[in-house]
Amino acid sequence: MYPEEYHYTKDHEWIKVENDEVVVGITDFAQKQLGDVVYVELPQVGAVFEFHQSLGVIESVKAVSDIYSPLSGEVIAINEELDGSPEMVNEDPHGKGWIIRLKLRDETEIEKLMSVSDYERFLEGLED
Amino acid sequence: MSYISLSDRDKKEMLARLGLSSMKELFTSIPDSIKLNRDLNIPDSKTESELVSHFKDIADRNMDQNYLSFLGAGAYPHVIPSVVDYLASRGEFVSPYTPYQPEVSQGTLQIIFEFQTLLCQLTGMDIANASLYDGASGAAEAVLMAHRLKRKSKVLLAGLIHPQYKEVIHTYTRNLGIRIEEVGFSSDGFVNDADLQKKIDAETSVVITQSPNFVGVIEDLESISKTAHANGALSAVVISEPVSLGLLDSPGNLGADIVTGEAQSFGIPQSFGGPFLGFMACSKEFIRQFPGRIAGETVDVEGKRGFVLTLSTREQHIRRERATSNICTNQALCALRATIFLETIGKEGIRELAWHNVQKANYALEECVKISGIEKKFSGAFFNEFVLEFGKPVEDVNIYLKEQGITGGLDLEKFYPELKNCVLFCVTEIHSKENIDRLVRTLKEALNS
Amino acid sequence: MIREPLIFEISDEGKRAYALPKLDIPEKKDVLQDVRTRKDIEGFPQVSEIEIVRHFTRLSQTNFCIDIGFYPLGSCTMKYNPKINEKIASFPGFSHSHPFSPEELVQGNLEILKTTEELLSEITGMDAFTLQPSAGAQGELVGMMLIRAYLEEKGDPRKIVLIPDSAHGTNPSSAHLSGYRVQEIKSNEQGTVDVEDLVRAMNDDVAALMITNPNTLGIFESDIKKICAIVHEKSGFVYMDGANMNALLGECRPGDMDVDVIHLNLHKTFSTPHGGGGPGSGPVGVKKVLDPYLPIPVIERRKDSSLYFNLDRPKSIGRVQSFYGNFLVVVKALAYILSLGPNGLKEVAEIAVLNANYLRKSLEGEYHLKYKTPTLHECVFSDKFQKEHGVQNIDIAKRLIDFGVHPPTMSFPLIVHGALMIEPTETESKKDLDLFIEAMKRISKEAQENPEVLKEAPHTSYMRRLDETKAARESVLRWRPEEKEAPQNKE
Repeated sequence: MYPEEYHYTKDHEWIKVENDEVVVGITDFAQKQLGDVVYVELPQVGAVFEFHQSLGVIESVKAVSDIYSPLSGEVIAINEELDGSPEMVNEDPHGKGWIIRLKLRDETEIEKLMSVSDYERFLEGLED
Repeated sequence: MSYISLSDRDKKEMLARLGLSSMKELFTSIPDSIKLNRDLNIPDSKTESELVSHFKDIADRNMDQNYLSFLGAGAYPHVIPSVVDYLASRGEFVSPYTPYQPEVSQGTLQIIFEFQTLLCQLTGMDIANASLYDGASGAAEAVLMAHRLKRKSKVLLAGLIHPQYKEVIHTYTRNLGIRIEEVGFSSDGFVNDADLQKKIDAETSVVITQSPNFVGVIEDLESISKTAHANGALSAVVISEPVSLGLLDSPGNLGADIVTGEAQSFGIPQSFGGPFLGFMACSKEFIRQFPGRIAGETVDVEGKRGFVLTLSTREQHIRRERATSNICTNQALCALRATIFLETIGKEGIRELAWHNVQKANYALEECVKISGIEKKFSGAFFNEFVLEFGKPVEDVNIYLKEQGITGGLDLEKFYPELKNCVLFCVTEIHSKENIDRLVRTLKEALNS
Repeated sequence: MIREPLIFEISDEGKRAYALPKLDIPEKKDVLQDVRTRKDIEGFPQVSEIEIVRHFTRLSQTNFCIDIGFYPLGSCTMKYNPKINEKIASFPGFSHSHPFSPEELVQGNLEILKTTEELLSEITGMDAFTLQPSAGAQGELVGMMLIRAYLEEKGDPRKIVLIPDSAHGTNPSSAHLSGYRVQEIKSNEQGTVDVEDLVRAMNDDVAALMITNPNTLGIFESDIKKICAIVHEKSGFVYMDGANMNALLGECRPGDMDVDVIHLNLHKTFSTPHGGGGPGSGPVGVKKVLDPYLPIPVIERRKDSSLYFNLDRPKSIGRVQSFYGNFLVVVKALAYILSLGPNGLKEVAEIAVLNANYLRKSLEGEYHLKYKTPTLHECVFSDKFQKEHGVQNIDIAKRLIDFGVHPPTMSFPLIVHGALMIEPTETESKKDLDLFIEAMKRISKEAQENPEVLKEAPHTSYMRRLDETKAARESVLRWRPEEKEAPQNKE
């Protein structure tokens, strides 16, 4: 379900590391919680975010959720296709539904992220 | 009167079901220390007939209903086709709430969708909402919206926006770090272009203008919008007399980004100032910062077209403190009246209605300025309101008019000290030639006495 | 049933439903020659009078409403709207009155406003009222601005407003619009404000606590006096959201609880119609200390007993409405208060609470009740039991439509997942309550035996379940001329 090579956060973001860049999206768990995504508010390319700063908003019909920057860095690309097809976040959250690409400021921050097994354990703990 | 539907036996049975022996026991969670333990000190109950005669007496003390009135200034007397009252008083419209459940609220939702369409057509904008409280709060919401979009510190208000709308803008923005500056007006009754050019700068979020403005003059919205856009600001337009849109080019066509205002003119009685009907429309690109409820088209599971409230993530019940506005309700029943009004009046009718207003007001003005001691104050073209300057205090003239059964125009000095002896008259399609001639005759007597 | 098209789809050139008399003055063609005028408005409707009447009559028949049936929308107080109040508000003496008419010619209107202020003060135990706010949310905004104006004058407006996690969404939104940061206060296991959490949160940076009492769970905040004392000790204010005042009429008064500011919803507690979503009215009551800051104009009485609008209030927060509030709504509320009198108002609270507790008792066990604390005028169940069968609150709500009942509130309180907030009001008969209870029990049974019937509900309404995702994604928010041919006009 959750790609082995990705990293994860407690805010239900996934992070795919490619050298000093990362691709960020929301996890399958997060998209299911939100329901049908109808709009994704994305930052400008070139914007710089601190760790855990809100970089955008994801909206379903009846919920709004912040997307937090999982790492500090500069936005070098956004998924422009989400503007016309926000449903990709639901249909392929770990792939075509990616949200932004960041250039990292401090690669050691990656160590703070969860591995897939940590994340799966974290999800189990959430179920009540 | 009582509107309770439980019989004595019902009450007994229900209390028994709860294991209680008295109504008092229902309230044990309220500490004794704050219980009232006495009757409220208010008048005893009244039957329906007592109520009617009580309120008839009070209504009769409103003598203004027996006067010929030429007051406008944000509350306009217009025809109301009889179908408006007839249809708008149906219980299916009066007694539901917000259409949260679209399957059983298609009437309300489709009407909002039609209302939004009519407002878009009139204003020349892409989208409109389901309504706001009134013109003043609409103007304030437009300022807040522009501020969210531009994130700059300054807002420029045309001096001839309805003075009470301006006050509400000040109230709404007072705690939000928004600097408001006013642009003066020229001697012919327009936004003073030189003053606008001087005050507008890179820190300006929006220029907000009313047209026809408070003194009735039709502004050059195209030029104002160009100036706003050239300086990176938005152009917002306030319409307090939307009948004018039947004839005047739409603000959307003249460069406005946001159009807001008061739609009381569309089938809503003057009602001593409320409930009225605020509206707002804007360009589609600004939708995420647009306040208020919106209805949108969709289909049901069988593929049939229907309507729902949509884009509600902008609103307070989801976004809470980050909502685009704290507004929760709209003025649905007033929007219904406006929808019935506009659809009844129709395409030819709205144009004709506007034309009659212009004609009657122009006739009245021309007849008034024939009187010595009366001057036309502003030279700009006007819609259904105009300003006269008297050779004596307005109060003296209005006292005489009142003795003759006429409520005269609005004394402008209390809003604009520089407009001494100036008075705002409103003449609409409801005023007959005889009404206008009577006003003119009486004014002549007043000025020459 | 005939599917009613949009008016634009039945419009055609040359049809008319209204005519103005001929101009009785000489027409001047050149009056607007220097002004940009428009051509005919493309797509603007042209229909006949009978088409108008049928259009709106048919549309009306697709609406559920109080006049048709039980409408237990929690927090919204969907009680019967007495018809006499509508008649009174339509008296020409009220409805034809111009807001700028000279004061001496509208003494009746001023009397209405003044009397209503005085009666609301007695009913709530507050010292003064403004009737200007157009709705509860605007009342909240005014109330918070009054507090801020007072604190500012004392030198520091402060930064934070405390709001319980059970509050309605307008509370945080209104606090934010007044320039405050919102800090949430937790509810305890009883569903009331956690006093310990409040003590921890309360400090010199806190301007106010916004509290709803009875709260959105229908529970009376029994510690209210203590809560007020905690806030007052740090010189903060207590704002009470009076949306649920209908439960307290004649029993107790917010003023006696030491609350400083309150708003009421005339369209809830005082029976004025909800109108499909407004117009409402949200009067704000204050203790003496906040009186100088009330919005202008304020109605005052002269020595000769005549009434006037006082604009000379230097400390006022200013004006919040084009004129004086939703006047005709106030007329209806006053008629309601006068028709019921002191005993009638008290009976409203008693029967509202009796009806709500009868429902609660009858459905407890069948539906999950997160908080067992006694409740007043409403109760909040959840879909927890039904979720085991894959049924959610929305499915229960939609199925109720098939039984001729309006669904309860589901969007809040946020502290109850899958909430079903039920408020019957005092005007319902036992027979209607019993029908509702039967329907709810049957739905609970269906959830176990045949959940599909719930997920596909409603089955009998004018429209089946609507696709809200499509509406939000595609955002078709108006009709446009090129779409003139409707896809399905008739079934």
